[in-house]
Amino acid sequence: MASTPVTRDTINPKVLECEYAVRGEIVILAQKLQEDLKNNPKSQPFDEILYCNIGNPQSLGQKPITFFREVLALCDHPALLDKSETHSLFSADSIKRASQILSQIPGQATGAYSHSQGVKGLRDTIAAGIEARDGFPADPNDIFLTDGASPAVHMMMQLLIRSEKDGILCPIPQYPLYSASIALHGGTLVPYYLDEATGWGLEISELKKQLETAKSKGICVRALVVINPGNPTGQVLAENNQKQIVDFCKTEGLVLLADEVYQENVYVPDKKFYSFKKVARSMGYGEKDITLVSFQSVSKGYYGECGKRGGYMEITGFSPEVREQIYKLASVNLCSNISGQILASLVMSPPKAGDQCYESYSAEKNAILSSLAKRAQQLEHALNGLEGVSCNRAEGAMYLFPRIELPKKAVEAAKGAKTAPDTFYARRLLNATGIVVVPGSGFGQAAGTLHFRCTILPQEDRIPAIISRLTKFHEAFMKEFRD
Amino acid sequence: MSKSLDYENLNENVKKCQYAVRGELYLRASELQKEGKKIIFTNVGNPHALGQKPLTFPRQVVALCQAPFLLDDPNVGLLFPADAITKAKHYLSLTSGGLGAYSDSRGLPGVRKEVAEFIERRDGYPSDPELIFLTDGASKGVMQILQSIIRGAHDGILVPVPQYPLYSATISLLGGSLVPYYLEETANWGLDIGSLRQSVAQARSQGITVRAMVIINPGNPTGQCLSEANLKEILNFCYQNNVVLLGDEVYQQNIYQDERPFISSRKVLMDMGPPISKAVELVSFHTVSKGYWGECGQRGGYFEMTNISPKTVEEIYKVASISLSPNVPAQIFMGLMMNPPKPGDISYDQFNRESKGILESLRKRAHIMTDGFNSCRNVVCNFTEGAMYSFPQIRLPPKAIEAAKSAGKVPDVFYCLKLLEATGISTVPGSGFGQKEGYGFPSANHHLACGGGHARDHGQFQEIQRQIHGAVRGLPRVLENVRGEVVKQKKASAAVYCWDFYVTCCKNFITNYC
Repeated sequence: MASTPVTRDTINPKVLECEYAVRGEIVILAQKLQEDLKNNPKSQPFDEILYCNIGNPQSLGQKPITFFREVLALCDHPALLDKSETHSLFSADSIKRASQILSQIPGQATGAYSHSQGVKGLRDTIAAGIEARDGFPADPNDIFLTDGASPAVHMMMQLLIRSEKDGILCPIPQYPLYSASIALHGGTLVPYYLDEATGWGLEISELKKQLETAKSKGICVRALVVINPGNPTGQVLAENNQKQIVDFCKTEGLVLLADEVYQENVYVPDKKFYSFKKVARSMGYGEKDITLVSFQSVSKGYYGECGKRGGYMEITGFSPEVREQIYKLASVNLCSNISGQILASLVMSPPKAGDQCYESYSAEKNAILSSLAKRAQQLEHALNGLEGVSCNRAEGAMYLFPRIELPKKAVEAAKGAKTAPDTFYARRLLNATGIVVVPGSGFGQAAGTLHFRCTILPQEDRIPAIISRLTKFHEAFMKEFRD
Repeated sequence: MSKSLDYENLNENVKKCQYAVRGELYLRASELQKEGKKIIFTNVGNPHALGQKPLTFPRQVVALCQAPFLLDDPNVGLLFPADAITKAKHYLSLTSGGLGAYSDSRGLPGVRKEVAEFIERRDGYPSDPELIFLTDGASKGVMQILQSIIRGAHDGILVPVPQYPLYSATISLLGGSLVPYYLEETANWGLDIGSLRQSVAQARSQGITVRAMVIINPGNPTGQCLSEANLKEILNFCYQNNVVLLGDEVYQQNIYQDERPFISSRKVLMDMGPPISKAVELVSFHTVSKGYWGECGQRGGYFEMTNISPKTVEEIYKVASISLSPNVPAQIFMGLMMNPPKPGDISYDQFNRESKGILESLRKRAHIMTDGFNSCRNVVCNFTEGAMYSFPQIRLPPKAIEAAKSAGKVPDVFYCLKLLEATGISTVPGSGFGQKEGYGFPSANHHLACGGGHARDHGQFQEIQRQIHGAVRGLPRVLENVRGEVVKQKKASAAVYCWDFYVTCCKNFITNYC
């Protein structure tokens, strides 16, 4: 018999091409070291691996919002609502909300496939939440609930990309879901560079330049991805900037793909989150003027429910024929998980002032958000204190993306080890301290610059130890390789 | 401004792909439902939507995992049995931060270990947890594997006809070629190796490289269980032709006859011994959506790889990692399904009673449905050996086919739409699954797929009765004379009643067009 049919040589080349560094080589090494530590706690110069590579708050000690979990537990086991003892274990508000949600699900069957866009009643709630947030109406029929925001992104790439001649404008640096998804679907990533010197500013002139360059190469640019607040960069766009972006998309006929999963993570008083839908509508632009897809998730914010896989996209400005195709795509997978759908509706319609549970809910929420802001500041300050390191402030999201200037000797050592310099640094950091970060090359960066992405998620009491370990490592590294 | 995204400039593969299970019939049914008509959805295997209750124990465990603060409450024992509390603690200990944290991209290692142990108990051969990936439903797993295999239009995937249209839709989306092999309706939907070889030869003559073969065992929509001999033939075929076998085994717990129990492809492969057992590449799929669990809404599944090269596994892992992780609650459902309550456990009796009840009822309904369809004139239906569907063949008379043509519809779509409007019963036309072309008979082969029967108790029977009478009130004049017959029939079994009514509607439909 001939050689095996599904080898690296014969698998889909698009699969080979795509990369996803967030769980890439450094993380795989970290997992190996973690196994070693389990078998022999003395095998490494550190006690534990600290995963600062991924926006996974609850894996690092962040607690879920109690009200949300109460409602989800009741929806998972509706029989609880018939028992009198339930009132002694669950808040009255959660019982009320769970009952209301269950009444929106046919037969109260949370184990049944729902409508392929998600349970109608939950979409109604989400639409109302969007309207309350933006001051402009939202249509539940525009909402597609998905297993996290990522599948929705994939759906749009699948729709938009016909061949490698189709291009998607993506920020550099970007969250590598975009580059990976574009590669998987056989398209071309058209980069636009965020300006590190101006706090990762997004210049329209840069957008225009990159668009023209792509066109001149015969690329048909279909869409513009904007991540706001940014990942890995953390910047929150100014409203004026957003207006320019909306106008740009309208003029150039681009679909605006607005990744807004960090909308509830804003840490600086001088910036505020505005959804692109709000901005577009406040400019007087409606469905006929701009095609916009907005992505939201239950994984971030103050809720951090990554493991639930909940999220949605709100699609506006598409023709009925295209909407049919989007529905068809969604239907092949039947529906997203119901528990995640419920959670998405809770996130978009949380307890309000006047609700019995509002105070405790608010306390939990504010504690998490203020702690995130504090940790962002502490880590940024510490990074800026390191030789050759400069770090923009994290205005939002969950990450710091410091720039590192490595001495020539280090760059050569990396070359000798056949590794990119920032990967070389990240690996050394891991081996010395157990801290896992993602090299900047995983996100894209301006030529000649080096970065790494580190989350702000370890609990507050761990931050001093992380800072001291990192500082010690960096000093030793610079000493070893200083020119 | 010209729109960037018009129908014309969409990805062609998206336009080409079809998924009838939630296609035209379902959309029409949903429209009618919105207008207030009572609809019985039998288009998709969605047991809880039709009244099947979730098993109590897993829901208790997951609820506790969802709200771990309950575990600290002294009153938790008032609401949850001790073994559910223990299980919840066990699964929480397998996570790194509870249900809200991304797990390993392959799924929680502890749950994958439980899956491997289940497979070993089932088949008698060890299974490697590192080669088991949990997914958001088996469908996602199928898509991931096909995405790895299909490079372009010259790559062909052997798919049974009729098939569950996830396969045709996914192959379409990925730009590959579907190579059909026909199941033989007159031989109980059996697989004939001769016809398989013919399909492959034809594909190769068209320049297609056959890369993989899908088997759905038990079959969907056909329900047949493959015999061990058949599986051996298939595995030999894959070995000789260098083809990856994709074993969709999601209905492995839905078996309604005793002559052909479920045997996994992996067991047969291992039984065959080397060299074949070390050579044939196999990916097996399972889910929490079917069986007697029916937890469709959780989106829980897994695939297990056998003899797949390590570098390929690495690439499949990479693609899985882009979506970060499958949803954690469903992973716990999977663990519980792999490791249900055992005799002696506090919850065992209830769990056993609930499970047996569901399986016995499904077996009963498989018989009722088959007999019901077979009692219709011009309808022939193979017995549902497994899975959850009836796939009767409807011999439509020429007049019906003409009427369909003038309405601009495929004949079985036309029939199913009429059925829907008359009775509120929503099915899926056979054309959605693929069916053999007629051999030059005046009427071609048409089928419809119909999920399991409905009313099980008197209360639900009365509800169905109300629904049907409601539908009857809206019937076209031609069916007026049916009402008298329906009222006269007093059957003990509600499910039989429901199907008698359906049968009568069929008879009248045929009469009208003869």
